[in-house]
Amino acid sequence: MNFSVVTSQFWQLLLNGLAVGLIYVLISLGYTMVYGVLRLINFANSEIFMIGTFGTVVVTQQVLHYTSGHEALHGLHLVLVLLLILVVSMIFSAVTALFVELVAYRRLRAKGTNRLASLISAIGTSIVLSEGIRIVTKSAPVPTPRLLTKFNIATFHGVALRVDTVMVIVGALVLYVAVDRFVSKTLLGKAIRAVSMSEDTSKLMGINLNRVISATFLIGGLVTGAAAFFYMQVYETTVFNVGFNLGLAAFTAAVLGGIGNIRGAFYGGLTLGLFEEFASAVIGGQWKSVTVFTVLVLVLLLRPNGLFGEAITQSRV
Amino acid sequence: MINIRDKGAAIWENWGRPQRVAFAVILIAVVGLLPFGGNFSFTSFLNTPVSSYQAVLVYPVGMFVLMALGLNIVVGKSGLLDLGYVAFFAIGGYTAGLLGEYTSLNTWEILPIGMAAAMVAGVALGLPTLRLRGDYLAIVTLGFGEIVRIVALNTQSLGASTGIAAIPTPPKTFGLIFDIEHSNSYFWVVLIMILLVIWMVRRFTVRRPGRAWEAIRQDEDVAILMGVPILKYKIWSFSIGAAIGGAAGVIFASKTQYVAPNEFTFNVSVLILACVVFGGMGNIWGVILGGVILAYLPERIRFISNARQLVFGLTLVVIMNLRPDGILPRKKREKLGVKNKSVKEGSDV
Repeated sequence: MNFSVVTSQFWQLLLNGLAVGLIYVLISLGYTMVYGVLRLINFANSEIFMIGTFGTVVVTQQVLHYTSGHEALHGLHLVLVLLLILVVSMIFSAVTALFVELVAYRRLRAKGTNRLASLISAIGTSIVLSEGIRIVTKSAPVPTPRLLTKFNIATFHGVALRVDTVMVIVGALVLYVAVDRFVSKTLLGKAIRAVSMSEDTSKLMGINLNRVISATFLIGGLVTGAAAFFYMQVYETTVFNVGFNLGLAAFTAAVLGGIGNIRGAFYGGLTLGLFEEFASAVIGGQWKSVTVFTVLVLVLLLRPNGLFGEAITQSRV
Repeated sequence: MINIRDKGAAIWENWGRPQRVAFAVILIAVVGLLPFGGNFSFTSFLNTPVSSYQAVLVYPVGMFVLMALGLNIVVGKSGLLDLGYVAFFAIGGYTAGLLGEYTSLNTWEILPIGMAAAMVAGVALGLPTLRLRGDYLAIVTLGFGEIVRIVALNTQSLGASTGIAAIPTPPKTFGLIFDIEHSNSYFWVVLIMILLVIWMVRRFTVRRPGRAWEAIRQDEDVAILMGVPILKYKIWSFSIGAAIGGAAGVIFASKTQYVAPNEFTFNVSVLILACVVFGGMGNIWGVILGGVILAYLPERIRFISNARQLVFGLTLVVIMNLRPDGILPRKKREKLGVKNKSVKEGSDV
């Protein structure tokens, strides 16, 4: 136990926590949106994220031919290249998400079967994806070349604001707001909300269920892909099982905020990221997940619908 | 598609007691003789290419069937999604490790203690969390499974990442030697435990707890209205499942003589759950079949060693798409404790 770090490194921890938390926010959006429409945990979301990180590597190395020794880019060139990589990893993840929906969920949904069957087929899909990548990469971690010189933009309370951290924070906030606006303002967003309220009623209202569900997976995949891009800009290396721990944390974040609820994912992700950062500074990094889960259990006991969640009124197993 | 489960059930219903006893004896004998299957040319296809076939029958096959039966009480019978079942397996294993190291108790004396420890953990976890519904329970149990593993990983007295080694094997019992050379003895012990669990579950199913679990699984709100004390029966279901997981853990530890945190990952929970759902939730025979297939398959196809998990994942997806209720699903409508053959299949739900 070392409480003094909280005061001595407060701003540093806050900044790291924000950056990690916002990556969680993006990934947990994928979980929470799918949960909203299907009432199912999308177990393959961690693999959707993983494919996104590999999308970043593929486009940087194979398409743009940047190798690890490449000198850093500057100015408009850098911005365009990063945007291109971002878009490609979003597309990678989105395509994977659509694939997962098609393979793991659609047929089973048409048959109207129990929820656990879809859960198992999603787990199966997730195993196929991660094992496929494991075989291709021979289990080795894959680095991506650094294109962005990680200079300090400014110093704030003795903490260096690094450009990649700032990029993650700003980019994730922009995306979150975009998704939130999209779901609350557009017609498709309205359809998504309708399906998450009642599948049957929305069918009666003439909503094409399959299309809405695909769209939800698509949007979830896009933000997860963006999360993968940001993750790669900060950590610069990926491996076939990179999604497991992040996915677990993001799912916890979604539950923490109240699953099925987009703002819940935001608050949940931020809370979890900040809490994780401070808790591991105080009691040591190896206990990180234990404290996170302990808090989760306490939250569920005291506020069963999540910290900021709407009521989930029905039991659904 | 032919409903094998109902065909089988119909034949069983029509049999008299002597036929049933004879069938059960033959079945148990065949299963009991399985370890010798690798010795004859006409059954040699059973052999697993890399690991010893006899050892594979104990772990993973026997263990997975036992744990799948335990988890089936929780998930299949009562409809409580538990994603952290490995925690109870780990608690059993570590109990065996600690007691074997620091006391002179033998495995048979440790077994009930390990089960009790897992059961206490089950109640302690269940009391606060079983009030939650559906997916919240799933995530809390998932968290619990990870917590148990991480605590074991970070606690020096539990051996941290190296775990506990040199756990004593069971003493010689009824002329059976238990050591690394004699996997068969373990197989028979696991088989007896599986038979006991099958017997117990069948008894429960036609009695009050089974009816209560069925009611909770179908509709919690209705169950409450009908006066079923749901928390009590949920905790019973949870802790019985936990005790079976603990028993499997004790036997596992005494077989491998070694427990370490990386044996007890989230993947094990997922695999056991996959056994239950893949085979057919709620139906003992389906669950057993699921356990046998999912535990045996990756070992049997080790020759494609690199891609075996990939094939495993594909199998899960394909089978779930073809048979969403599992290979041997439960009857659509269970007339519990009533022999009524006139019930039309598929007429409800």
